[in-house]
Amino acid sequence: MGQFTFFDILRNLLIATQWTVILSLVSFVGGGIVGGLVLFARISQSGWLRNLARGYIELLQGTPLLMQLFLAFFGLALFGVAVPAWLAAGLALILWTAAFLGEIWRGCVEAVPRGQWEASSSLGMGYLQQMRYVILPQALRVAIPPTVGFSVQVVKGTALTSIIGFIELTRAGTVVTNATYQPFLVYGLVALIYFCLCWPLSKASQVLERKLNVAHSHH
Amino acid sequence: MSLIAITDVRKSFGQNEVLKGIDIDVERGEVIAIIGKSGSGKSTLLRCINGLETIDAGSIAVGRAQLLPGEAALRALRLKVGMIFQQFNLFPHLTAGRNVMLSQMVVKKTPKVQAEAVARKMLERVGLAEKFDAYPDELSGGQQQRVAIARALAMEPMALLCDEITSALDPELVSEVLAVVKELVAEGMTLLMVTHEMRFARDVCSRVVFMHQGRVHEIGPPEHVFANPKTPELRQFLGV
Ligand SMILES: Nc1ncnc2c1ncn2[C@@H]1O[C@H](COP(=O)(O)OP(=O)(O)OP(=O)(O)O)[C@@H](O)[C@H]1O
Ligand SMILES: [Mg+2]
Repeated sequence: MGQFTFFDILRNLLIATQWTVILSLVSFVGGGIVGGLVLFARISQSGWLRNLARGYIELLQGTPLLMQLFLAFFGLALFGVAVPAWLAAGLALILWTAAFLGEIWRGCVEAVPRGQWEASSSLGMGYLQQMRYVILPQALRVAIPPTVGFSVQVVKGTALTSIIGFIELTRAGTVVTNATYQPFLVYGLVALIYFCLCWPLSKASQVLERKLNVAHSHH
Repeated sequence: MSLIAITDVRKSFGQNEVLKGIDIDVERGEVIAIIGKSGSGKSTLLRCINGLETIDAGSIAVGRAQLLPGEAALRALRLKVGMIFQQFNLFPHLTAGRNVMLSQMVVKKTPKVQAEAVARKMLERVGLAEKFDAYPDELSGGQQQRVAIARALAMEPMALLCDEITSALDPELVSEVLAVVKELVAEGMTLLMVTHEMRFARDVCSRVVFMHQGRVHEIGPPEHVFANPKTPELRQFLGV
């Protein structure tokens, strides 16, 4: 198999990288939407909704992502639902991301001082109005850096989906290694590609955090 | 009929009974100073009147709105009394003008143009017409507190509750806020204010309430309460 040139290897890896990026985006956006629901349940005034959301978060944060992937892939198959790897991967990652984002955002909402709730109640606003016009706009500013920061975890999390057979960057690395017998080179490139995806995100998170701290409330 | 009728109000936090049966009737246009040691329940009383705390027993009525459980009743009550806080609690993500406009638009559904006109008028009333576009963190504490007053006034409350509204201010900024309060008094606003500014209380208040351990320990016109305290607790509090 000596006919694999360096550029063949790189090309194969980059093609698979597309799937890593797509899966990351789907997980992040989907996880963001579900995470928004988790957030609202977690801070709602209804006790059972709050508990449900807390249970959900604890369950997903307290088990390895790999197990969640296995359960989505093999578990649903047990019920006679044949789940393709991409679907199981997307589903598990969305639910996993939602748990973390929901919890991050809850912290941001709770970081808004109590006085903001009191001032807005004393002006006659109802719960949803307070949320919409007073609390969430402030929570959002605080939420941006950790949310962008968490996207790095999502990108790295997609690597695990290789184990259930979804062909993304890590999986492609394995396949190419088996063909070329150059694990150090291949996995080195794989790591480098992950780094190129993740580093800008964590850098952006840091820059945003510093910016928001300096400009405090501008605007 | 009095504007605010507080009748035998009781409030506990767990085992700690903070208000032990408060009776105060406030007439329209009255200015009431509430004084007392830390922990005597002054803030809790104001918060109950505004519905920020629920009461365990007794009743509070403002105009015709009773403090009943339930969001609708609470809102009806809150629309009649405004509250000013020690820490200003302006919305930091909105300009001064927007701070004053928001609740008009959201709660009263006032159209934007009209809300803005009211906001400009209210800011002018507290001497901050030129700060309409300034964000709270660009204002001094005294200016922030005056915006907070304008924000409360924009809802056209029948009475204002003020909880130590000058306590968080640098000494040189206290007088500008008190000047605004004085003007409100001159215009006939009904005020209940927790304050440590004894001279101010003596000058502008119609009555002074001395609270002690969750009760109204003494109440009366300032000249009586300050010049002629009847109980040893008040005498000790006043340091005479
Ligand atoms: N949310 C709360 N939970 C539990 N206890 C509370 C709460 N709010 C107030 N208390 C207690 O109620 C008592 C009265 O508090 P309050 O704030 O009304 O006093 P205050 O007269 O305003 O004092 P200060 O002059 O220090 O502001 C205090 O013992 C306080 O610890
Ligand atoms: Mg107090």
